[in-house]
This record gives sequence, structure tokens and C-alpha cells, in this order.
Amino acid sequence: MRSILLTSPVLLAGLVTAPAMAGTVTITIPRLGVAEYHRPYVAVWVEPAGGGAARTLAVWYAVKKGGNEPGTKWLSDLRAWWRKGGRSLSLPANGVSGATRAPGQYSLQLPADLKPGAYVLNVEAARETGGRELVTLPLNVPKIAGSATGKAELGAVTLSAR
Amino acid sequence: MRPIARRLLAAAALLSIPAGLSAHRMWLLPSGTVFSGTNSWVTVDAAVSNDLFFLDHQPGRLDGIKVWQPDGTPGELKNGATGRYRSVFDVQLDKPGTWKIGSQLSGVVGSFKIDGVEKRVGGRGGPPPGAGGPGMGGPGMGGGQPGAVRQPPLTIADIPANATEVKLTETSSRNEIFVTAGEPTTTVFKPTNQGLEFAPITHPDELVAGEAAKFRFLIDGKPAAGIKVSVIPGGKRYRNEEGGRELTTGADGVLTVTWPTAGMYWLNATTTDTRTSTPRATERRMAYTTTLEVLTP
Repeated sequence: MRSILLTSPVLLAGLVTAPAMAGTVTITIPRLGVAEYHRPYVAVWVEPAGGGAARTLAVWYAVKKGGNEPGTKWLSDLRAWWRKGGRSLSLPANGVSGATRAPGQYSLQLPADLKPGAYVLNVEAARETGGRELVTLPLNVPKIAGSATGKAELGAVTLSAR
Repeated sequence: MRPIARRLLAAAALLSIPAGLSAHRMWLLPSGTVFSGTNSWVTVDAAVSNDLFFLDHQPGRLDGIKVWQPDGTPGELKNGATGRYRSVFDVQLDKPGTWKIGSQLSGVVGSFKIDGVEKRVGGRGGPPPGAGGPGMGGPGMGGGQPGAVRQPPLTIADIPANATEVKLTETSSRNEIFVTAGEPTTTVFKPTNQGLEFAPITHPDELVAGEAAKFRFLIDGKPAAGIKVSVIPGGKRYRNEEGGRELTTGADGVLTVTWPTAGMYWLNATTTDTRTSTPRATERRMAYTTTLEVLTP
């Protein structure tokens, strides 16, 4: 299964019959009490734990914003992702790019062809007039489990089998 | 370099003197070094000052600044303007890859004696005519600012045949910055094998706090071993200490720098040798300056 499934938590319940190798990342975008709020840019990618090419699972940005300042202008604010491979990606990319998300919980499937081994899952968020945060957690395929929590721009990031 | 070009650049020679002789630092400060999207522009401040990066002394000169596109061909400097304390210009990064922006200055400074009177070559030139002192400035200089216009500096072509105690030093300096749109490339790092050059191993637009960077320096295309390099973080006004470090390249010409925090850093390498190309010059003084942006991990 090459494509990434983005579903709301409600819809996710209908997906638990996915193949045994499947894994899910759940990302929480926190609701913030700030005067000027813009939905964050978010990138999700996995890297082999021993170093190597990053594989982008999702990048949420102002896909449709064009004109003099297209939405891609601020992709480099996701600076870790940009450096680790975002800059090599031709966007929009099918199954990877998507619109920015409102606060809430979002799940996406890990690629089914991820070979067994140790990886690092990275979730990076950058918000206009706001902060930037990178949350990382170890990802072991096929024993997919774990969680980490951001302090400001990201809430819980959870890995689960299925 | 042709003598006429030397003459044109002589006025700029003051700025090319390595920082060891003048505390004033020449810098180019880009608005950013890493750009995404399809309509990227960088705007650059060019100035000379002691404290980095504060605009409080002199503007940089725009006339010597060139732009190299990622493929190495000349690019365009736009919207240039010079104010009291800074010059500013834009470059439209309309091609993906790493761009080089900067200037290369060279000249000859020194002195000689004629009829027992010492005269200076290069540098800032002499005081205005009639103010006394050395110089050979002709009439017609200046025009509208009586008393304020200095005479042009003497060049080596002005040294009479019967001059004695001729002491000449070649100076050459580069002041360059690197900005990247999209994926970094390395074509603009191709050395010319002339003078002191920067041959980065770590890409200068991929610097991260806490990670060591390696840069090779070359003199005439060969590794510049044991040369001194100052690395000074910006934001001097908000610290007590300058926070600069004096580093030295290894035998292979490689400098290893670690970045304690993210921010803009000014890097200045200086060295001298005796491999001159100007007749009668005994020393060659070389400087390389760049401004580097270090990002958070």
C-alpha cells in the first residue's frame, strides 16, 4: 500500500482490519489560546536510526496558496525536514502533501513496505506568528509502539501497530 | 590584473586590508540562507563596522559586488542603494541551487621614498590638495566639496624610477556569502586557484548548532595549512563578551568549527606569504570573509 491514508479518529475505527504489518501514527495538533492563530505546517517523516535517506510520510502546508508568496515559501521553516529531504521533494506530492490541519487528532498509516529495522519517526510543526517544534520517537518495525509529547506546537505523537 | 583595474580598485583597497590591521569588519548579511518556494528573493546588507552585525560605521560598496548563479554564470544584483551606514541590495533567486554573492578586491599597498620624502601607495590616498602632506593628486578632483575630497591613492605606476626604499605588499580579499534556493549545489565553490579561497566540505547552507562543520581553505588552489580564522557570532550588543574564537586550519587546510548556538556568524581568514606577482612586491596579504547562518537542529 503506497498511499498514505489520512483519516479522522472516527473513520480510523473502520480501518482496524488493515494488514498485520500496518502501523499507525497519531498526531495531535493542540488547540492554543493565542490571539492570532494559524494552522501549523507539519511534516512527518521516518529516517533509519543509523542514518540514511529520510522518507516523508506527510507534509501539511498551504497547498493551494499561490501568487507572489506561494504556500511553498514557508516550507523551509520546517527546517529539520527541509534539510533532511523536504527540499528534494517535488511538491505537491501525491499521497504526501495535504492542506494544513485544524487542532485535533490525526492518524496516518505507516508505509506497508517499511522494511523491518530501527527507525526514527519525526514530526515537525512550524506555525506562522508562532513557534516551531520537532518531536522524535524511536520506531521499530515490526514492533510498532511508543509515544512522545511535544511541549508547545505539538501534542501527543503515538505509534501503534495497526 | 591590469594596472588600470588596480587603479579602479585602489580606492577600495582600504576595505580589503585584513582585519588584523583594521578592527573594522566588512560584512554581508543576507536576510536568509535557506529558501523554499518558487519566488525567492534574498535581501543583503553590506556594511563595515566593529560590532557584528550592527550598522554604525560605514556602508559597504556595491560597485564590486557580483552575483554567481548556481551554474556559475553571472547573476543580477537588484534594487541596490547606499545609505549612511549600509548598502542594501536584492537578488532574485530564480534558479534552484546555491548562489554566491560577494566581491573580490585586490591591490597593492606600500611606500617608497623620493628625495627623502616618504610616499604611500594604495590605501586611502592623500589629503586634499593644499592641505599639505604627500600625494600627487591633480587638479579637477572633487568639484562641489571644497576641502573634503581626498586625492586618489598612488599606484605602482606612479612610483618614479629613482624612488628608493620601495616596500610593496599585494593585498587580495574575498567577501562572499552563499544562499540556497531548494536543494544545495556546489558549482559556485569551484576554486579559481588564485589567492585565498573557501572550499567548504560541509555545505555552508547546511550548518546546524551542535554539529561540527568542516571548511577547507586554499591558497592558489593548494590546501592552506595553519592559517588563522576568526569566527565571531552576531548579536554583540546583547552580550558582554565578544564571543569570538581564533581557530587554525589543519595541515590539510581544513578548519573544523562547532556552533554553540544558532545564529549568524562572521568568519574571517587571514594569511600572508611571499608568492607575489607584482614586481618589487615582497609580501602578499590575503583575506577571506563570509557570513554563515547556523540553524537549530
